[in-house]
Amino acid sequence: MNLRTRYLGFDLHNPLIAGAGPLNGQLDNIRRLEDLGAGAIVLPSVFEEQIEHEQGMIDQLATIGIDSFGEALTYFPAQTAYALQPGLYLELLRRAVAAVDIPVIASLNGFTNQGWVQYARQMEQAGASAIELNIYFIPSDISLSGGEVEQRYLDIVKAVKGVVKCPVAVKIAPYFSSVGRMAQQLADAGADGLVLFNRFYEPDIDLARLALVSNLELSSPCEMRLPLLWIGILAGRVSASLAASTGVDSVDEVVKYLLAGADVVMTTSSLLRHGIEHIKELLDGLQTWLDVRNLESLEFVRGRMSHLQVANPTAFDRANYIKMLHGDRAATATIRANSNGAR
Amino acid sequence: MAQQVATMDGNSAVAHVAYRVNEVCAIFPITPSSTMAELADEWAVAGIKNIWDNIPVVQEMQSEGGAAGAVHGALQGGALTTTFTASQGLLLMIPNMFKIAGELTSTVFHVAARSLATHALSIFGEHSDVMATRTTGFALFSSGSVQEAHDSALVAQAATLQSRIPFLHFFDGFRTSHEVNTLRMLSDAQIRAMIDNERVRAHRARALDPEHPFIRGTAQNPDTFFQGREAVNPFYVKLPDVVQSVMDKFGQLTGRQYRLFDYEGAPDAERVIIVMGSAAETARETAAVLQRAGEAVGVLQVRLFRPFSAAHFLSALPDSCRALAVLERTKEPGASGEPLYLDVVEALAQAVAGGRRAAMPKVVGGRYGLSSKDFSPAMAKAVFDELKKPTPKNGFTVGIDDDVSHTSLEFDRSYSIEPADVVRALFYGLGADGTVGANKNSVKIIAEEAGLYAQGYFVYDSHKSGAQTVSHLRFGPRPIRSPYLISSANFIGCHQFHLLQRLDVLRFAAPGATFLLNSPYGPAEVWNHLPHDTQQQIIDKKLRFFVIDASRVAQEAGLKTRTNTVLQTCFFAISGVLPGDAAITQIKNSIRKTYAAKGEEVVQQNFKAVEKTLSRLQEVTIPAQATSQFERAPPVPATAPEFVRRVTAKMFESLGDEIPVSLMPVDGTFPSGTAAWEKRNIADEVPVWRAELCVQCGQCSFVCPHSVIRAKYYDQAELGNAPQSFKSAPVNARGYPDVRFSLQFYVEDCTGCGVCIEACPAHSPIDPGVKAINLEPKAPLIGPERANIAFFEQLRVNDRARIDFANVRGVQFLEPLFEFSGACAGCGETPYLKLLSQLFGDRAMIANATGCSSIYGGNLPVTPWSKNREGRGPAWSNSLFEDNAEFGFGFRLAADKHLDLANAGLKALSAELGEEFIAAILNAPQIQESEIRAQRIRVAELKTKLLALAQHNETARDLLSVADHLIRRSIWIVGGDGWAYDIGYGGLDHVLASGRDVNVLVLDTEVYSNTGGQASKATPLGAIAKFAAAGKRVPRKDLALQGIAYGNVYVAQIAMGANPQQTLQAFREAEAYAGPSLILAYSHCIAHGFDLRYGMKQQDLATASGYWPLFRFNPAMRKIGENPFRLDSPRPAIPFKDYAYNELRYRALALMHPPEAENLLRQAQIQVNEKYRTYEGLAGLEVAPAAIPQTGASAGEFAPAISTAGGFER
Repeated sequence: MNLRTRYLGFDLHNPLIAGAGPLNGQLDNIRRLEDLGAGAIVLPSVFEEQIEHEQGMIDQLATIGIDSFGEALTYFPAQTAYALQPGLYLELLRRAVAAVDIPVIASLNGFTNQGWVQYARQMEQAGASAIELNIYFIPSDISLSGGEVEQRYLDIVKAVKGVVKCPVAVKIAPYFSSVGRMAQQLADAGADGLVLFNRFYEPDIDLARLALVSNLELSSPCEMRLPLLWIGILAGRVSASLAASTGVDSVDEVVKYLLAGADVVMTTSSLLRHGIEHIKELLDGLQTWLDVRNLESLEFVRGRMSHLQVANPTAFDRANYIKMLHGDRAATATIRANSNGAR
Repeated sequence: MAQQVATMDGNSAVAHVAYRVNEVCAIFPITPSSTMAELADEWAVAGIKNIWDNIPVVQEMQSEGGAAGAVHGALQGGALTTTFTASQGLLLMIPNMFKIAGELTSTVFHVAARSLATHALSIFGEHSDVMATRTTGFALFSSGSVQEAHDSALVAQAATLQSRIPFLHFFDGFRTSHEVNTLRMLSDAQIRAMIDNERVRAHRARALDPEHPFIRGTAQNPDTFFQGREAVNPFYVKLPDVVQSVMDKFGQLTGRQYRLFDYEGAPDAERVIIVMGSAAETARETAAVLQRAGEAVGVLQVRLFRPFSAAHFLSALPDSCRALAVLERTKEPGASGEPLYLDVVEALAQAVAGGRRAAMPKVVGGRYGLSSKDFSPAMAKAVFDELKKPTPKNGFTVGIDDDVSHTSLEFDRSYSIEPADVVRALFYGLGADGTVGANKNSVKIIAEEAGLYAQGYFVYDSHKSGAQTVSHLRFGPRPIRSPYLISSANFIGCHQFHLLQRLDVLRFAAPGATFLLNSPYGPAEVWNHLPHDTQQQIIDKKLRFFVIDASRVAQEAGLKTRTNTVLQTCFFAISGVLPGDAAITQIKNSIRKTYAAKGEEVVQQNFKAVEKTLSRLQEVTIPAQATSQFERAPPVPATAPEFVRRVTAKMFESLGDEIPVSLMPVDGTFPSGTAAWEKRNIADEVPVWRAELCVQCGQCSFVCPHSVIRAKYYDQAELGNAPQSFKSAPVNARGYPDVRFSLQFYVEDCTGCGVCIEACPAHSPIDPGVKAINLEPKAPLIGPERANIAFFEQLRVNDRARIDFANVRGVQFLEPLFEFSGACAGCGETPYLKLLSQLFGDRAMIANATGCSSIYGGNLPVTPWSKNREGRGPAWSNSLFEDNAEFGFGFRLAADKHLDLANAGLKALSAELGEEFIAAILNAPQIQESEIRAQRIRVAELKTKLLALAQHNETARDLLSVADHLIRRSIWIVGGDGWAYDIGYGGLDHVLASGRDVNVLVLDTEVYSNTGGQASKATPLGAIAKFAAAGKRVPRKDLALQGIAYGNVYVAQIAMGANPQQTLQAFREAEAYAGPSLILAYSHCIAHGFDLRYGMKQQDLATASGYWPLFRFNPAMRKIGENPFRLDSPRPAIPFKDYAYNELRYRALALMHPPEAENLLRQAQIQVNEKYRTYEGLAGLEVAPAAIPQTGASAGEFAPAISTAGGFER
């Protein structure tokens, strides 16, 4: 069975990618994921604030109390102050690249095109196969126009592409007036792939303490509709590779994303929920799904239900609305029966 | 050969050589020598090699005694071995020094000479430690500057290898060890050229070796010991010539020629000062000026003090000399003169007697510079002047006002010899503001980049939080040889505006000097915010005056509160020490060098700060007249006790040098509680109480490291005279309808650490982020809070007998008798000490090991241990570092003995005093506070009765002298882990084994905090520390289990932040237990590398991770058939990493060496798991009925019969 797919120019064994998440922060897990069959691995995100914060924090911590008291002019061995680079992340990246044969994608999460662009270069130097730019920007300044926000995304992509040679994927949120146009612009700006979608960690309110709390909820299949929709619309229309990344729990979601047109499917929540061995279950499930239908290659699946390929693409547009109003099955899309496709 | 020019301090200059010419360094930290050992350790970790291309082994030991033993052993093993030490550390090495010298073993000990603790400990420079070793047989070799110390380290090494006599190379602690100066570095090639490898091999050949065995270290008898002792003489006779020949070789190689006795001055000098160490430079500079004025004076610097070569001395001293002053930085009470003086007199007397000299010159000895007291040209001149007199004073002192024994010489404080082409700058700052760091950086820039010569010397006050620093910087075209403080500066930088209120910062401003002030007020407004005297000085001295709001510039550049780059830029921009543009370029280069590794962001922020500074720095137009309506505030109010006003206040104002001898206590006895008089006002933000939200739980005052949160309850009626701003709330316990509760914050003593805010559990139900206490800007609060505090203090202190000691809520009403120490803001140790003082302070004696707790606990001028309203409080003392358990044990022995005497006296006087009354005293239970109070009343009555009898009754007089012991004494032995786990462990172990009723409190920061974070045996696996720069490879010692192993020692492991109630319980149980008790208290520390505001949270995580389980082992529990071991914390709930990686000590290793860090982290987790299982096992042990002794060794009998009042279990 041929599950091969291409993503960011890489030829992957299969379309299942262990998405950016804490599990991938440990080398043993990375090795294990490869053994279990992952097509590629995205390392956990390094956050722009984290880089800045860490630099500042370490500088601050290393200098607390120095030159204040005659008996203790410092509190740490001298070299700790200057040997804090390259940092854990780059070391992990280096070791991961050495440890596995599948592509290792480094992930940067940020919202400016300043200091962290340099970090992208360091990631490339550390051997990253590609860089996933997780542009996490909430325009809480309500005077910002949509155009300005979009420009910011494009500037970041250009800035990073300006300093690295390796492929760059961009992980975006769905909150654009015209997601499709934005996707095209990102591809034009140099994005080799698009990862749909980013989930914003919307804060909750702790009623006892009256404090905002940010806790991460793992994604669930019910959240997949939006990315499914947009992958379906974008498939075949933008030059960048497409990765789906929200709500994968079982093989069903994997297949749905592939049908919609994703080149790869990323999962983080399901691995956190079920353990990293789950990736093998997903992979086995995909094979079974294809086997049952006598499909020998992903080629016969990918994009079969994209906007371009479904018989009635209006289902991507206002179909749900119609369905809700009329409760009929008119808008339900079906695979166009093609005897050449199924053997 | 071109020699590299560098700037560094004396310690670094010495360590650079010592490291290169040795194979083994056995080390132990002690101020001011620690840096040498730290550098050796860091270099070894970094793989830097010695001149034989191998990396020296650097091994920390448990004490200096241990280090000397290891040195001795390594030398006997044939390795070239050294050590670094000072003061008490050197004293601990003396036994081995006799051995090493007696065996003619080549080695050099490098000593940053420091005062010995006598009437007080002092960390500063003096030669009394070195002088105490002069009978050991070591050659005593002195150097007087950074360059000399660097060079002498090599000369000593070459000479010891050639002569076989061991060397003690010493230089002045702080003045040389910490002075940053420009020097020419010896290259490795030069070092190699000085060291004869044949002699190295000869040293090895003399080592113990089973391939050709011999015995060394025998015991000898009257028949031969004496002869053997004399057999070494030829080696000592030869030594002076050996040293001179080495110096000559060194001179040829480097161009720097030294002599055993270096004379400089008029060839026909009539008056000569003889001196060792850095003072020689000052004396020489002064003599040169006097010579130019036509005076026939000179200075003889002694380099090789032992063996003292009279021949070399005499040939160096001009024959013309008629009067000599021998200056000594040491005191030998009771001697006819200090050591060098006696040697000089003897040499001259022999010379006259032997016909070598025609007549005896006048020779006087004098003391100067004890404990780094500045030795200035004015003092040197006073000595030269004294020598003009027909009968100059012998045994004089210079630098102080001795109005008791009248030894002191008068000197003219305004006398200055500073050359006009030397820029002299003084900077006043706070430790936390980066002033010193920036100045060190400026010295480097100017010396290494601009090709000038530079000197930096830094003076720190005795606080660990909000410490005031004064930087003394000189820059000039020639080497700076002025090892004394600047008293005439042409640049003054005041980096903290509020210092103007506390100090006369312009006191040392030279006429026409430039004054830079970090000011929140711009050039138009600042004038009216200056004290009158400051304005007048600016006008009178015709100063140029610049202001910058450095805090704002730093904030805008993203540097938060760090103003160092801003103020450094100002200095370069206006001092003229370098041309403007060049200076800015150099600053930027330096910024890149300094911050590159910390990330580009940090570099850019600093660049931004430089640019902004240049546009914001402004000159103030000086008005013609001083117009200010206010003067500097007095350091203490007029209501302060006389001693505080006359002595302590002077020290607060940095005017301690002016205090005359007559005002000083003769035996080191000082009043308690002076910290309360020093309102330092170091916090910009302080806690503010929201009475309506408060649940009155007492958590905030429990955790407050600085004792600034006080609680009282009182009758509503007492609020009648309260200031309007005074806050109160109804007490929230049931059954007290008319009782109010107040929390009072002593805002002027608060450090703003925020620990209380984090501890407060009460959140506002409606205002997000608001708690019952919140940090707010202090400035507007000071006025009202002063009134509030005054009112609060006149409210009645709550009756201890009515307070529930058993819970945290109750403890807040107990008066702390440890207040406002200068400990680091957010200190993890001090809350435990405060608790101790609250619970037992009015009857406690505390033996405090040297370390952080002895420094913030007793470094003058502040004494935080205080007294209650009845005049009672902890009786505190510090003996040494190594002997604290024994010292406190002595308290117990004395208390027990005097209690016995008191009991016997009572019985003897029972007829006179009344049998019933005597029985009541003898049998008084003293467990509950009410019982202790009742006993106090009885003892007071007893004393009254005894006074009546005393006149004609010797027994009554005796009983009166020991009657205080009838009130149960609480003996506490307090110290850090460096003491308990390492240097004092032998004594601690012995005291625990004694069974006597002492309470040991170990403030466990897991490092030597006071000396800057060196590893102790309490340092955890995987953490970095100095001397464990690559991460500690072995787990910390489990002192608790060792204590438990005795079976009759009460042992508790506590962490206040994890469980305050358990902490309280442990203190009370330990104190009540009538045998030895050991409390291990987790104490967060700045050496852990995290924001101490979250210290208590971090303690909680330490326990939650299972790293620091809480438990109590109470042997008394056996008596009731229960397992003495109680595990008080639940099973680990989080991984060790989640606790550890919040701290730089762990994270640093992960950032530097990730694989090793990962490996150590894994091991640490395994260790935590295993250790927890061990404790769980102990907790699960069932006490089988058979195991409970029915007779004989019950829990009570584990402790030997001791003669304190009360039963075994209290």
